[in-house]
Amino acid sequence: MTTVTGNQGVSSSAPIALASAMVRNWKTPIALGFFAILALVLFGIFGRPGTSTFRLSTDTDFVQIPMIPVDARPASLITSVVLVLIAAWATRLVQRARRVPLWIIAVFAVLFLFTFLVWASAGLRAIPVAGLLVGAVSLSVPLIFGALGGVISERVGVVNVAIEGQLLAGAFVSALVASATRVPLLGLLAAMVAGMLVSFVLAAFSIKYFVDQVIVGVVLNVLVTGLTSFLYSTLLSPNQTTLNSPQRFQRINIPVLSDIPIIGPTLFRQTIIVYIMYVAVLVVWYCLFNTKWGLRLRSSGENPQAADTVGINVNRTRFWNVSLAGAIAGFGGAYFTLGSVGGFSKEMTAGAGFIALAAVIFGRWDPIRATLAALLFGFATNLQSVLSTIGSPVPSEFMLMLPYVITIFAVAGLVGSVRGPAASGKPYVKG
Amino acid sequence: MKLELRGITKRFGALVANDHIDLVVEPGEIHCLLGENGAGKSTLMNVLYGLYRAEEGEILLDDVPQHFTGPGDAMAAGIGMVHQHFMLIPVFTVAENVMLGHEKTNFGGRLNLTAARQQVREISSRFGFDIDPDALIEDLPVGVQQRVEIIKALSRDAQVLVFDEPTAVLTPQETDELMVIMRQLKAAGTSIVFITHKLREVREVADRITVIRLGKVVGEASPSATNTELASLMVGRPVELTVHKDPKIAGEAALVISHLSVIDHRGQLVVNDVSFEVKAGEILAIAGVQGNGQTELTEAIMGLQPRVTGSIVLDGIELRRESTRKVLDSGVGFVPEDRGEDGLIAGFTIAENLMLDRADGAPFVKAGALQLGSLAEFAEHKIVEFDIRAQGIGTHAGKLSGGNQQKVVLARELSRDLRLFVAAQPTRGLDVGSIEFVHSRIVATRDAGTPVIVVSTELDEVVALADRIAVMYRGEIVGIVPGTTPRDVLGLMMAGELPDSAEAAA
Repeated sequence: MTTVTGNQGVSSSAPIALASAMVRNWKTPIALGFFAILALVLFGIFGRPGTSTFRLSTDTDFVQIPMIPVDARPASLITSVVLVLIAAWATRLVQRARRVPLWIIAVFAVLFLFTFLVWASAGLRAIPVAGLLVGAVSLSVPLIFGALGGVISERVGVVNVAIEGQLLAGAFVSALVASATRVPLLGLLAAMVAGMLVSFVLAAFSIKYFVDQVIVGVVLNVLVTGLTSFLYSTLLSPNQTTLNSPQRFQRINIPVLSDIPIIGPTLFRQTIIVYIMYVAVLVVWYCLFNTKWGLRLRSSGENPQAADTVGINVNRTRFWNVSLAGAIAGFGGAYFTLGSVGGFSKEMTAGAGFIALAAVIFGRWDPIRATLAALLFGFATNLQSVLSTIGSPVPSEFMLMLPYVITIFAVAGLVGSVRGPAASGKPYVKG
Repeated sequence: MKLELRGITKRFGALVANDHIDLVVEPGEIHCLLGENGAGKSTLMNVLYGLYRAEEGEILLDDVPQHFTGPGDAMAAGIGMVHQHFMLIPVFTVAENVMLGHEKTNFGGRLNLTAARQQVREISSRFGFDIDPDALIEDLPVGVQQRVEIIKALSRDAQVLVFDEPTAVLTPQETDELMVIMRQLKAAGTSIVFITHKLREVREVADRITVIRLGKVVGEASPSATNTELASLMVGRPVELTVHKDPKIAGEAALVISHLSVIDHRGQLVVNDVSFEVKAGEILAIAGVQGNGQTELTEAIMGLQPRVTGSIVLDGIELRRESTRKVLDSGVGFVPEDRGEDGLIAGFTIAENLMLDRADGAPFVKAGALQLGSLAEFAEHKIVEFDIRAQGIGTHAGKLSGGNQQKVVLARELSRDLRLFVAAQPTRGLDVGSIEFVHSRIVATRDAGTPVIVVSTELDEVVALADRIAVMYRGEIVGIVPGTTPRDVLGLMMAGELPDSAEAAA
């Protein structure tokens, strides 16, 4: 053979397409079956009598939608039977060695939630659907910023366990700076700087000195918690009026859009921080997958040696992007003090950074998916507070577990089926 | 472009990896760098490519001294490299991999993938490659991945192209095609440095040969030199290239595998309905390109794969559903293909590694306590018997050379009463001396009447050892042929074709 023609060239190089054998995965039908029977027994057969009402509009809405009353027992019975049918269908799909599509699981989850709400609010006050969603978005904001920081950091190859610390540092510094200067915008900037400083430590130890990234992250969280608590007691508490009473950002109603029922109050009657969040999610998503910055960032997290051999300075790329991730998470921390509460208090992030980390994994290291995951976790948290306000029969201790239980189920359901950036968590040692 | 290396010296601590190496590559020449594993070839090329900084010496391109601080500088100067372990991002497309590091962008910083695709197609057509610019690297076979590496280098106008052990992962046919590509490149004026330890390839394609041993240039040779001459120059002493082996005296079928299938964690059928038997006192070699199911097959025998169907019967006992412990207890010795990962614990001493699979009871453990005296005695004995070069039995396994590590694994596995011996890639990455030793021990095991399975991707090794050869391709056994089958037939079988002549011989 002296010349290679196109045909000969590929003779031995067709992709290795192995015969595929479907592995039956019974996880989904078992989980669906469990919840369907739970719904049937608890909400259907032993359901509570009375009427449940769903209030879809807020008082200020342009178009008022009337309240929707539902007779609790028959409604719960019908929907829980539908749930059982869906579970049976899923079982049948797996029996035939097919995958259960995601939309079936989504429909199941929404129906289960509806059944639960009908049961929990039977004979009680109306459930404010809009309020439920508004609160969910509000609680999700720091989670989403934290998750964005997590996605960037992990994509470039550094596990970011320090999101909690970055959020907390952002919250503290923004309250301090915004109170002292009386300019909330300066508080936002200061929050970014604070998050970035936390990231500098993470980056320096894990990139320059190859210390285990998870350990550095955990230690940083403890450090920031201790430091902010100490400064809070010694500095902020005695000077509450001058150093810890930042001016909060006002809600800005977007004309027209904010008048749409349900969607309007949820998405378009928010503070500037939330609007910046919308932009941030889209920009990070776009840039990660469509720009030179994103390509180089991802290559450093997937195969740093390959990136190095094409002239990319891996450790510099990692350092600056971990810092950027810290700035984004720190910005999210400012929402605690400047967006919702209006002042700093000890350990006010209360584990939001870890939930954000779970959102990163649940969202498969994708900014949009991670945002949706964060919204889900925010919704679960808010569901708990709404239900306790209307006086539902579920013990509030149990409801407090809800967001964490959902997090565990969500992340456990993905074990083995998702693949993160290949080199995430591994320091790049040259040569 | 003319490349010249003058007096390159690179040290790692006390070890001198390159000792004043001089090398001249003329424009449009294929210059072979021949040397054993660990001779310092790859180190030299990493110095050239800017990945390592040399302590002494200089690099000249067209007689102009260069100062590379990183691969970026080397590439800008016109040096390209096809690495032994491909430097590609598996989850990126071909076009993204080719553009990485010198991306063209459109308005708004958007990556100009159209230009990258165009470049891939243009270079592909020059060499008759058929590559989809939008295919993901992880979906491509290794032979095609290598072509992507070549395209990557050429897309940056490389004038000097370094191939680092490029044939290690290729089928014989793909190797032939690579030789053709090299000649095409040479005809286009590209200078090529070809690093290898395979003598046949050197003689086929080289214009000039430089031999490196222990970090030094030990001589130049012409492509007309014989294999034996090249080998002794490379090793530094006369070398026996053939394995001494008496005709086999095979007994009854000891291991019978029938309709064995393995499904991996992704749900792919990596071993597909495989049946064969191994007789007592014979070596069955399983040949094939890496990644065609050999690894999973040996792991299935050892009880290391969770989803296995079919049957594995050793001396009348079914082993398929047994634990790895049970498989070992029934007399199976196993040399895993990745000794650093699966064969040894680097932080343990030689003695501890020698008793790893016998921590359950006598003679090394009594009433839960290690019997350090008998362990030391045993280890001292094995160090002598297997010629393990180490300071003592307390040396950590991780500190040993690859050859000595492999001898520790062999010593452990061969010092039990074996009913079956499975050796996966037993000589990968070893020096010629160790290869000779490992081969002689494998043949001795067979002569003692033990059935032996040797999995190897090296055709030389397969031909040297095998009484019978089973060739695997895409999870299936293409055919089982006698050990005397010619190489070109084996090569075809490794690409999935079974010639009529081979079928008749089997």
